[in-house]
Amino acid sequence: MSAILPPAERLWYKHPIDRVEGTWIVIALTWCLIMFAMMVGWHIWGNQNLSTETYRTKPELFTAKAQAMVDKHTVRTETDEKTPVVAPPPGSDVYMLARLWSFWPILELEKDKTYRLHLTSMDYNHGFSLQPANINIQIVPGFEHVITVTPNQSGTFSVVCNEFCGIGHHRMVGRIYVK
Amino acid sequence: MTVATTYRTCPRSGLQFEHQAETLMKANAFVAVVWLLVGGLLAIGVVLTRWPAVHWLEAETFYMVLTAHGIDMLIFWIIFFEIAVLYFCASTLLRCRIATPKFAWLAFALMLIGSVVNNIAVFRGASSVMMTSYVPMMAEPNFYLGLILFAVGALIACFVFFGTLVVAKREKTYEGSVPLVTFGAITAAIIAVFTIASGAIILIPTWLMSLGVVKEVNPLVYRTIWWAFGHSSQQINVAAHISVWYLVAAIAFGAKPMSERVSRTAFLLYILFLQLASAHHLLADPGLSTGWKVVNTSYFMYFAVLASMLHGLTIPGAMEVAQRQKGFTKGLFEWLRKAPWGNPTFSGVFIALIGFGFLGGISGVMMGTEQLNMIIHNTIYVPGHFHATVVVGTTLTFMALTYYLIPVLFRREMIAPALARWQPYLFGFSMYFFCLVMMGAGTLGVSRRHWDMAFQGAALAYEWPGAAYLMMALVGLGGIVAIAGGAIYIYVTVGSLLWGKKLESGAISAKFTPVGRAAPTVAAQSYGSIGFAAPGTFALAMVFLLSFVLYYFINWKYLSTLWGLS
Repeated sequence: MSAILPPAERLWYKHPIDRVEGTWIVIALTWCLIMFAMMVGWHIWGNQNLSTETYRTKPELFTAKAQAMVDKHTVRTETDEKTPVVAPPPGSDVYMLARLWSFWPILELEKDKTYRLHLTSMDYNHGFSLQPANINIQIVPGFEHVITVTPNQSGTFSVVCNEFCGIGHHRMVGRIYVK
Repeated sequence: MTVATTYRTCPRSGLQFEHQAETLMKANAFVAVVWLLVGGLLAIGVVLTRWPAVHWLEAETFYMVLTAHGIDMLIFWIIFFEIAVLYFCASTLLRCRIATPKFAWLAFALMLIGSVVNNIAVFRGASSVMMTSYVPMMAEPNFYLGLILFAVGALIACFVFFGTLVVAKREKTYEGSVPLVTFGAITAAIIAVFTIASGAIILIPTWLMSLGVVKEVNPLVYRTIWWAFGHSSQQINVAAHISVWYLVAAIAFGAKPMSERVSRTAFLLYILFLQLASAHHLLADPGLSTGWKVVNTSYFMYFAVLASMLHGLTIPGAMEVAQRQKGFTKGLFEWLRKAPWGNPTFSGVFIALIGFGFLGGISGVMMGTEQLNMIIHNTIYVPGHFHATVVVGTTLTFMALTYYLIPVLFRREMIAPALARWQPYLFGFSMYFFCLVMMGAGTLGVSRRHWDMAFQGAALAYEWPGAAYLMMALVGLGGIVAIAGGAIYIYVTVGSLLWGKKLESGAISAKFTPVGRAAPTVAAQSYGSIGFAAPGTFALAMVFLLSFVLYYFINWKYLSTLWGLS
């Protein structure tokens, strides 16, 4: 019953470590170091790293930039709300804003081309959950997050809001087409 | 200094309970179980709504119920129980009187009032902000006030615990160093102080914001500091339930720690590094540098992971050594086969230990990896993970401990022992299943905290694959079975207190009996095989490592197929 009693030896910290424990410590520590190296190594050799490029922003500033893109590159509108579908040129800055309860506008991107995707929220925290690829990014109000994306598959992708944002949360779905 | 109090020596366990401490433990443990009952009832609403074919509650009710379920379970049930555990580890294990019992009662009152105030605010319906309550989404002022009162109460209770250690030391109620279990409880209490301070730093301005006194709390600062509270509070649980594992290993087997040095160092690593793990909640956030994310979640957090991997070996290892000394030495696993599987205190702890490591531990490290986090952030994988850690790990452990405490602390004979015998299996295995299918659904992308995966009324609905619907149906099914398992626990516990036969209290004296050192170690270890004292445990650890490595790299493989992101 000694885990609930004071240790038998006064100098318990000098008690030699058993071989099972010693071996396991070495194995576990090695594994932790491998995992550490993976995370850092992926920044050097991997292709999926979340950008940290962030700016402070305000809803009206961001809306103005998104509106400019929409005015220039809208190809058609969809849904009853006439949400613009925007096809900006590859390599350009594209904007998507999250608000209660929609993503705006719809984007049309080209496969294997790179874009600078700007995300922000007009009000609460929202989630950018790209499906079915399953890429998930937090959207925080007041912060403009710039992510360089290169779609590698064509098709219709949905952007599901996966941060709770109130009663209409489940209606908040956006769209990105990749051609 | 003499204080008028009495000490009771329990005839069933030999433990000595000081009168004031005993009443406080009972009160805290009882209120904890009441919150578990409330949280469990709310869980019915959550799982039956997320089960797509049932889809029971309206959206508004669902979010309210989910908010209350999270807070009542993660904060109120667990912390009330932990306060009882802290008092037990100080006063009972060190056989001393509790320091400042009046302050301990004040702490209890503040926690009780705080928890009720918070719940009233939630059930009024205008505070459905989830447990995390991210600003600028606002709840009623009383939502925050309740949490603040509760936190202040819990903080006072931690200081009563520290004071009790001082009393024990000064009155020389024990010899040498504190027992390992008490040492673990000390680490839990130190982490608790850090946690509660972080909570106060962020909840007080948010409360003032809800009252209109403060204009704005920065949403990113809120997230950063809130998680130092939200995640660290789960680290209190880890330190506490691991202490209970050592306690149960000692009670059920007479097991001694394989090495005091390794186990205590592992606890120390928790204090130094566990809180930093809260950074992994911010891996998908803008505005934080890669260096900050990597240093906190990898460089530092892996020291805490290392600590958990050590406890994961030393606890079953200690059980194995104890069993082998009793003569169960055949093969690798006779010690385990001949373990007291019919004793719910042991079976509960063992099921908790395996589930915590395999399901909670491996998934937790995967989620805490900066890049891999992107494939699960805010999906239902996350609740899958923390139900494995907090429900399978902490809650099941506390349930197992309760079965031990009913006769020892509450002095009642347990009613329905046959039900109690099966309860850890029913609850534990249904929770394993529940967590696995939840993680499965999360791997397919299904969102957490989401009322309707069919996106009723959305202009651009997304259609989840059939497998995701199947997984969510299984989540509902597993959840219902687990709730039934929880109901059995409540029935046995509360029923025993109400109708159980009263047991004799044992000798009462006005003075404590000092606690002596453990018996000296047997000098020559009889080694199991290949020179290892615990070869069976080592084999299990290898299975664990293999699953860990495989799962970890499968996720990297999947990540590499995704859109390029930089």
